[in-house]
Amino acid sequence: MKPRHKRAALIAGGLASLSLATYFVLNAFQSNLVFFFSPSQISSGEAPKHRTFRVGGMVKEGTVKRDNLTVNFVVTDTAKEVSVSYTGILPDLFREGKGVVAQGKLDDSGHFTATEVLAKHDENYMPPEAQHAVDQAQKTIQTLK
Amino acid sequence: MIPEIGHFALILALGVSLSLGLIATVGGQHNRADWMAFARPGAQALWFLTMLSFGCLTYAFFTNDFSVVYVAQHSNSKLPDMYRIAGVWGGHEGSLLLWQLMLSSWMLAVSLFSRQLPAVMVSRVLGVLGLVSVGFLLFMLITSNPFLRLSEIPEDGRDLNPLLQDPGLVFHPPLLYMGYVGMAIPFAFAIAALLNGRLDAAWARWSRPWATAAWIFLTLGIALGSWWAYYELGWGGWWFWDPVENASFLPWLVCTALIHSLAVTEKRGLFRNWTIILAITSFALSLLGTFLVRSGVLTSVHAFATDPTRGVFILLFLAVVVGGSLLLYALRASKVRAGGSFALVSRETFLLINNVLLATAAASVLLGTLYPLLVDALNLGKLSVGPPYFNAVFAPIMMVVMLFMVIGSYARWKNDSAAELVKKLRPVAIASVLLGCSLPLLAGKWHALVAMGLTLSFWIILASVVQIYRHLKDKGPGQVTPLSYWGMHIAHMGIAICVIGVTMVEGYEAERDVRMGMGDTVTVSGYTFKLTDMGERLGPNYKAVVATIELTQNGKMITTLHPEKRTYLSSTMPMTEAAIHSRLSGDVYVSLGEKLDDSTAPAWAMRVYHKPFVTWIWFGCLIMALGGTIATLDRRYRKKLPRTNTPPAQPTDHPPGVTRRVNV
Repeated sequence: MKPRHKRAALIAGGLASLSLATYFVLNAFQSNLVFFFSPSQISSGEAPKHRTFRVGGMVKEGTVKRDNLTVNFVVTDTAKEVSVSYTGILPDLFREGKGVVAQGKLDDSGHFTATEVLAKHDENYMPPEAQHAVDQAQKTIQTLK
Repeated sequence: MIPEIGHFALILALGVSLSLGLIATVGGQHNRADWMAFARPGAQALWFLTMLSFGCLTYAFFTNDFSVVYVAQHSNSKLPDMYRIAGVWGGHEGSLLLWQLMLSSWMLAVSLFSRQLPAVMVSRVLGVLGLVSVGFLLFMLITSNPFLRLSEIPEDGRDLNPLLQDPGLVFHPPLLYMGYVGMAIPFAFAIAALLNGRLDAAWARWSRPWATAAWIFLTLGIALGSWWAYYELGWGGWWFWDPVENASFLPWLVCTALIHSLAVTEKRGLFRNWTIILAITSFALSLLGTFLVRSGVLTSVHAFATDPTRGVFILLFLAVVVGGSLLLYALRASKVRAGGSFALVSRETFLLINNVLLATAAASVLLGTLYPLLVDALNLGKLSVGPPYFNAVFAPIMMVVMLFMVIGSYARWKNDSAAELVKKLRPVAIASVLLGCSLPLLAGKWHALVAMGLTLSFWIILASVVQIYRHLKDKGPGQVTPLSYWGMHIAHMGIAICVIGVTMVEGYEAERDVRMGMGDTVTVSGYTFKLTDMGERLGPNYKAVVATIELTQNGKMITTLHPEKRTYLSSTMPMTEAAIHSRLSGDVYVSLGEKLDDSTAPAWAMRVYHKPFVTWIWFGCLIMALGGTIATLDRRYRKKLPRTNTPPAQPTDHPPGVTRRVNV
């Protein structure tokens, strides 16, 4: 092979493997996006059933019920609510009346089974997703008035 | 009074770095020896002023001066001494000051350990760093001044976030920042070389030890952060693909590529364009990391405050740095000549492949990190990219990298024969496949991913051992093995050790959430946990519920574990403090959950883990850093070049480095 051909082969090989890599990366990317929905969006049917997504808002006061390791609570964005259950140990800062973000799936009855409840790191800090959900709901309430 | 001195020192530092940036750079361009003479003392003065300012803030913390806003927000009179000092960098403003201190320390180091460099190079490098420092000092003085006072002095401070009250805070941020900011040094060398207009092998040799040194700090900083998260967050994870972790990992990946590309540029004069791009990219990524962490766009323990002006400032700074350096590069790129040619089977090819792979890995991590932020910024909804994406993309790329790592270190520069390589590596390949595939059988359950990881790890370790053995056997009596040779092999074996840890944990870890009453037992991976007591304990600024758990294996008592649930007095914030029994073959990890008071008998939620070989992950990083340290100590970097002592009156614009052009 002449050096020129060799270089051409090298570049072609490089491009081919790079595009293959890009294909795999984008494929993995697509299937691992986790979307976020607020309780209002869930109750209006925007959220998919049986697909992993995140829900966020405030833990409604007086709704946390424990049954052994399973915890049931209600997440609200001040307009709509969704009931959530989670089995396992909750993060330290999980409290009634505080912000929460949960990841899991919605079943046909509209109950959300969480596989993960996200921890906040500071008591004064509100997860942006939860804040967003509450803000959106407040905005809707304001416009309806 | 003291905080005002600190503030004043910062303003003086801004003046010094501005004049350093202008005088040293312009002096370098016009070859004015008198102007260039300012570079070293200027950098030293900058360090002194920054240190003074830092000292003043530390003093304010230590004396509980709550009239300073920053101290009032991040300290408390009950805080133990150690955290009163480390608390200086426990928040946004102070950590920027630490950042600036690290930058000026690097500059001090360059001014002291650059005697073998031509004055014009030193002048340009320090000048560029001076300009970077102007950016950071402006950022601090305009948006994040740590010395602002309160008009009403509070009784007591708001306390440091309990998560940060750990020895990890003393070491993790300084190490990580040293690495982060260290990316500015190869960047400055690259810019200086571009200003010089001649990218030669000498530039690569001067830049190499600095790039490696920054890489060492970054490696240690990331490893320490990972370990800290592992034992402190109470969730037993060692890597979460959290955007903040990614922010530090991105410059690491690019810097790893840079170190190897610099090797090719130094030895063979090749890949110069690529090396320049990598040097610029790694610094740009560390600035991007700063933006991500400091602008408050992320939900993280590292995101201290949400202040949009800060984010905008860093973005502007990033745009100026990246835009400016790419413009300079575009103007000068035509002058960069190709160094020479190399055959398809040669060390250059394999290093190139791994460079491209590392860059691809960095790009895919960047995609996963930035995409959610971008979508959010464009108001298209909220989403996140989960760890499965990163694992699915990152693991295969790293497997190929590990494969070529060994081939690259075996192949000769310029030209090698594929048949020879196969002959040399075949026994290593066979042995590593046999070992890698059979060892998981001992664990009782064969796991394809573990077999793969172990095979690749043995591939690296065995190949290094064989190569070192052959090298020592064939070595002539008077021949000295360069330190960089040892450094390379040790660092590569560090990767292998780290990968053994990662694959064993991913393949064989066991985890259970359980409800435990007094006297209850649970068994995980052959370890039996028995809750024998619950008590209370009073710490310096918290009170804790402490469980006593007896750990037995096959009926033999191993140890007693004491996981805690702490409540900090000043903030009433609860904190899980896990109990870990660490051994070379794995960790046993218990964290205490909340009390379950739904039933009559008291019981607690508890999470128990067995994490085989988890400590190997951090130990491997330590070995990598050790390898890097040995490589930077190589005599080659300290060798005085023949003409460097001559005054730069004559055109040292063409430094006496060797631009080897090898014709094949």
